[in-house]
Amino acid sequence: MTEGFVTAVNGNMVSIQTEGIVTMNEVAYILVGERRLKSEVIRIRGTSVQAQVYEITKGIRVGNRVEFSNELLSVELGPGLLGQIYDGLQNPLPEIANKVGYFLEPGLYLRALPRDIKWHFTPLLRKGDVLKRGMGIGWVPERYFRHIIMMPFDLYGEWKVIEIAPEGDYTIDEAIAEVADSKGNKRHIRMCFSWPVKRAVDCYSERLKPSEPLVTKTRIIDTFFPVAKGGTYCIPGPFGAGKTVLQQVTSRHAEVDIVLIAACGERAGEVVETLKEFPQIIDPKTGRSLMERTVIICNTSSMPVAAREASVYTAVTIAEYYRQMGLDVLLLADSTSRWAQAMREMSGRLEEIPGEEAFPAYLESVIAAFYERAGIVRLYNGKEGSLTIGGTVSPAGGNFEEPVTQATLKVVGAFHGLSRERSDARKYPSIHPLDSWSKYDGIMPKSTVRYAHSFLERGAEISAMMKVVGEEGTSLEDYVIYLKSEFLDAVYLQQNSFDPVDAAVSPARQRHVFKLILKILAADIRFSDKEEARNFFYELRQTMLDLNGTPQDSDMFNALYNRVDAALVDREPEFDNRGLKLMSTLE
Amino acid sequence: MNKIYSRIESIVGNVIAVEAQDIAYGELAQVNTRYGASLAETIRLDGKMVYLQVFSGSRGISTGDEVRFLGHPMQVSFSDDLMGRIFDGAGEPRDGGPDLTENLITIAGPAVNPYQRIIPREMIRTGIPMIDVFNTLVKSQKLPIFSVSGEPYNPLLARIAMQAEVDLIILGGMGLKYDDYLFFKDTLEQGGSLSKTIMFVHTAADPIVECLMVPDISLAIAERFALKGKNVLVLLSDMTNFADALKEIAITQEQVPSNRGYPGDLYSQLAARYEKAVDFSDAGSITILAVTTMPGDDVTHPIPDNTGYITEGQFYLRDGHIEPFGSLSRLKQLVNAKTREDHRSIMDAMIKLFAAYRDTLEKKSMGFQMSAWDRKLLKYGELFEQRIMDLSVNIPLEKALDLCWETLAECFEPRETGLRSDLIQKFWIGKK
Repeated sequence: MTEGFVTAVNGNMVSIQTEGIVTMNEVAYILVGERRLKSEVIRIRGTSVQAQVYEITKGIRVGNRVEFSNELLSVELGPGLLGQIYDGLQNPLPEIANKVGYFLEPGLYLRALPRDIKWHFTPLLRKGDVLKRGMGIGWVPERYFRHIIMMPFDLYGEWKVIEIAPEGDYTIDEAIAEVADSKGNKRHIRMCFSWPVKRAVDCYSERLKPSEPLVTKTRIIDTFFPVAKGGTYCIPGPFGAGKTVLQQVTSRHAEVDIVLIAACGERAGEVVETLKEFPQIIDPKTGRSLMERTVIICNTSSMPVAAREASVYTAVTIAEYYRQMGLDVLLLADSTSRWAQAMREMSGRLEEIPGEEAFPAYLESVIAAFYERAGIVRLYNGKEGSLTIGGTVSPAGGNFEEPVTQATLKVVGAFHGLSRERSDARKYPSIHPLDSWSKYDGIMPKSTVRYAHSFLERGAEISAMMKVVGEEGTSLEDYVIYLKSEFLDAVYLQQNSFDPVDAAVSPARQRHVFKLILKILAADIRFSDKEEARNFFYELRQTMLDLNGTPQDSDMFNALYNRVDAALVDREPEFDNRGLKLMSTLE
Repeated sequence: MNKIYSRIESIVGNVIAVEAQDIAYGELAQVNTRYGASLAETIRLDGKMVYLQVFSGSRGISTGDEVRFLGHPMQVSFSDDLMGRIFDGAGEPRDGGPDLTENLITIAGPAVNPYQRIIPREMIRTGIPMIDVFNTLVKSQKLPIFSVSGEPYNPLLARIAMQAEVDLIILGGMGLKYDDYLFFKDTLEQGGSLSKTIMFVHTAADPIVECLMVPDISLAIAERFALKGKNVLVLLSDMTNFADALKEIAITQEQVPSNRGYPGDLYSQLAARYEKAVDFSDAGSITILAVTTMPGDDVTHPIPDNTGYITEGQFYLRDGHIEPFGSLSRLKQLVNAKTREDHRSIMDAMIKLFAAYRDTLEKKSMGFQMSAWDRKLLKYGELFEQRIMDLSVNIPLEKALDLCWETLAECFEPRETGLRSDLIQKFWIGKK
């Protein structure tokens, strides 16, 4: 084992003098009294090594001994991850709380996976079968999933099974198989193994193009700015615009198997809501607590900065592990700006030449590499698994021109830009309908969405014009278009996440309601004056809002739906042909 | 055994370098100069060189001065004797009282385990209707008061210190004008609240490094009292001076600045302090209210901007009022359902009408004719500003809610308020 000693301390960076062999990004422990402080090698120059320390560095002295572990920063992968709450280095926070109480203790590291649980293992193969890394050996039930026990991702080449355990109960430390390669090297396989967080898991046969929509049950996303399974999206927004609430709503209602929440450098209070509420919320699809499909990585703003940098990687690696079982995984990272800032702090300490706003020059490539770990893949067994990444961005001053937002926009497939203007007006979710975009196909035909969107664009133009010439100076025709866009915004783009019905809208319901809305948009109604037009749309809006709060399978829903339809037909409008044609595509 | 060194190798800004061995990062030293002794903190180790930040500044330090390492990091004394006392940014008494040396605790300790936090559940009554009714302060909340120089933010803090229903107030002053310090002291003394207050005050005349220590000392003491079951309210004024001190020191340390000269870790530095706000499930709590003056009244300036991302809402203090628009207590929903059934509804109705009043004012200033409805709004707006927005109003929440009903009844018909009929039945004063 390589050893060394501390020669300098500057903030959370230490310099170490060593004669031995050192690996880039390997973990080194600094020995301070009884404590072993974890750090990661980030620069090697001759015999001088720089490492970022994952703890408060107070108390470190020049001359303190350092042990190099010869292992990269890794996470432990195996059954027992679901429902866990980890810090950025995969320490289970509840167990730390049990051990040391209210406060975190520097240098206290606990095993990530429970050692004493016996899992019921069922083998999937026989003696003599040939395996590659990432292939299934057997499975154990974890929560309500079939957790596939896989060949460790670091066993490159082909391996033959020479021994396999019969069906039965085992802990993760017991060997369940023995394999040998062509040279006769033998390995015992356990149900858990570790994998370095900064290396993407690549044990699949090919990457596919994301095409199937990931249903979030938020109308403005699913209909207007969809996200695809295996795709990426980002949510930039100024403070108070509702980024975190939007992520929370998504983590609850998204139609995926597993959700990873990476609370990275944000307020602790927000994670607490998730921590305390998720165990109580029952997922209607499975009838089980939401916590059972969730893993939370929680490195909040007052926890050490270097671990914050690690936390998004910890999260994405666990996410990739579950994708490897053929599951649909969603990773929500809040906020990637804090992660980028952690990189900036380290870069400053390393005295690297700064780029824009002092972010390191490699910011863009690091952000790109992170989002590129998303994807839908075909596994060796032909099954497909997907990992979708959604990251929030907290731009300084709410200005989207800053480097992190710009670097992110280059690599994501959808952009949900939140606006202060909309959140101030209490229009939630405050995704700006004109600034945002998505390259993915959603649950509606694109042409219908484009048609509805054109009303929003015209409406915004007219609204801007009205500010200058006043309502009097606007033609009745323009005014009606403006009212239509306001109507669309109020009853469809906005959604009440506190209302039990409105909070999550199924795709079928979205289609059903969207059809009605298209009909209203396409209707050319004769009004005698603006007053009449306004009252008409206000009344429609009221009925539609009631409709949004009514369960779809109720008589009330149909009654309200018909009432809107009747109100429209009563005016005997002429319909725009294009709109009618588009409506029929939703049948 | 304390190590003493008598040669200072370099003096740059407020940082001195000493060649020394076996010094811990963060360790404290005492520098004895001909102008007296000062504390200094180890902020960098490089081989044999130890870099120390001198609390009282480097002016007058000679390379021949003596540096004595104390073998421990920055500590302050913690006991009930702190109550009613006033200290400076280095923890030394400012009030002429005795030095406290017992039961020393380390400042800037580790973070609270997020798993041990609980969802905030109790309001803090301040007697200020703009807070209690419209943006309720919640135990364990961290809120900045965004303001600009010249606004009465210190009088507001002093009012809150006197009126808030908490066990203990800790007031941390950073870069306070001496007058402001005396104002705090006199006001609290006259109001009889000094006995439940502890003040750590750095005035504008004091060395800049001490400014950095104020939040850490204040919050370390708050944390201990909270663990003993006390509900502590920490008032900080002005965090902009704290951030500027960070900037000043980072620049003299030749750190690469990120945004308008501020260091790249400004967010983490601010968060480390604000995140000390906590509600311990079976002990006390810490709530933080911190004045942040916005340079140039610009909320996108790095200090208010970073603060906004950390805190749970904000109060805007403008024109001597807590501004009803823009101000937001993000945690109020957690408590205002439990106060009185009309709280939420009347809060919304009052604000909507006040927004309409502002529109009318604008119309009026442009010379438009005032309708009957406009005149009602104008009357309402004036009453609202007088009765509710005025900072000198001190009434309990229930009285404030009644006052809202009274004001509405004086100005409007029930149906004009947009309030639910059942609430009107129950609370409307006079003819329904």
